Amino acid sequence: MKKAVAVIALLILFAFLAMGAIEMRPFGEPEETEMDDYFLYDEEEGSQAHNQVNNVVTAVLFDYRGLDTLGEATILFAAVSGVLTVLRELKKEGGKE
Amino acid sequence: MNWEAILMTMPYMTVVILFMIGLFTVLFKKNLIKIIMGIAIMQNAANLFLVSLAYRRGEHAPVFTSAESTEMVMPTAHALTLTSIVIGLATTALLLSFVIMIKKHYGSINTDDVRRCKE
Amino acid sequence: MNWKMSLVVRTVTNFLIVPIIVFGIYLVIHGHLTPGGGFQGGAVIASSTALLIIAYGSLGKHKKDLSSMEALGLTMFILIALFGIGSTMFYNYLAGTGGIFGGVVPEGANAGFINTGGTVPLMNIFVGLEVAAALSLILWMMSKETKVLETEKSSPSAEGQEVRD
Repeated sequence: MKKAVAVIALLILFAFLAMGAIEMRPFGEPEETEMDDYFLYDEEEGSQAHNQVNNVVTAVLFDYRGLDTLGEATILFAAVSGVLTVLRELKKEGGKE
Repeated sequence: MNWEAILMTMPYMTVVILFMIGLFTVLFKKNLIKIIMGIAIMQNAANLFLVSLAYRRGEHAPVFTSAESTEMVMPTAHALTLTSIVIGLATTALLLSFVIMIKKHYGSINTDDVRRCKE
Repeated sequence: MNWKMSLVVRTVTNFLIVPIIVFGIYLVIHGHLTPGGGFQGGAVIASSTALLIIAYGSLGKHKKDLSSMEALGLTMFILIALFGIGSTMFYNYLAGTGGIFGGVVPEGANAGFINTGGTVPLMNIFVGLEVAAALSLILWMMSKETKVLETEKSSPSAEGQEVRD
């Protein structure tokens, strides 16, 4: 009974997503490219004129959107803290009680 | 059959099929390690979707060092995908440490045995 | 897991650690010229820690060194970002001027020069330090939970072996 309901729900979700995938715009023809042309090619504030950096992806990650990278470094720190808390050792026996 | 139209939407169809495989594994498998693998497959499908949205036809990687031509793909989506990969790594590390503690307390990693919270 | 491998494995590990770490540092320091950067290079350096754990059994008493490396990386990343608080946070105040990592890049496709980039290579170095230390700590804490199987001839050289449950 539960398996039948789950299978039907999966099939309905697959039908929705497949219809969305068929009706997307063709692969390789974007519509609005002004932001990326600003990062790549602008004369005064692009990546080569303003930052003197050749690798545009690193310039976007560390200079134009640096706050996202700060959040990502904090996520890594929090994950390591979580793993070190769950797997610590108490003094009596091995493992947490 | 219109082969040109099918080929034009093939990357998005691959994303949908990968996502469905991951979701099927999370819903129908009983081993905890297989469920974690299904979650990782779903995260990979989302990253593939992000990268395949930013392609312009016939252009090269967005790096200016020794480039062949200055026509480049859009670089914003590549930066967002890097962040998403690191988030996936953090989630998988925490999930695997939880599986280690479950094995210590309950003795098995089959979801039929770990249904109730144990005191 | 307190378990050493044989002498051949330990010698080859001693020999292979240096090229792996040098390749990781190369990926980190050339992050503003070629594809790469802080996160990718940090992952490569963390794979050398996995090799050390397999060959020698444990990392000894270096847990505090790894923790302080990770904290130093994150703190210096925030400090470098905060110094540009004149215009905005994360402003590139070292680009184009003389000084360290200040140099001008010719337009269009060119062969890369290291002395360019501003604050981007400095932030790459500190993020690489943090990611390498974080992944090494995760690998080490998870490797302490492995269990030794109780078979007859199960190890080539069982010196200092403990059965830890």
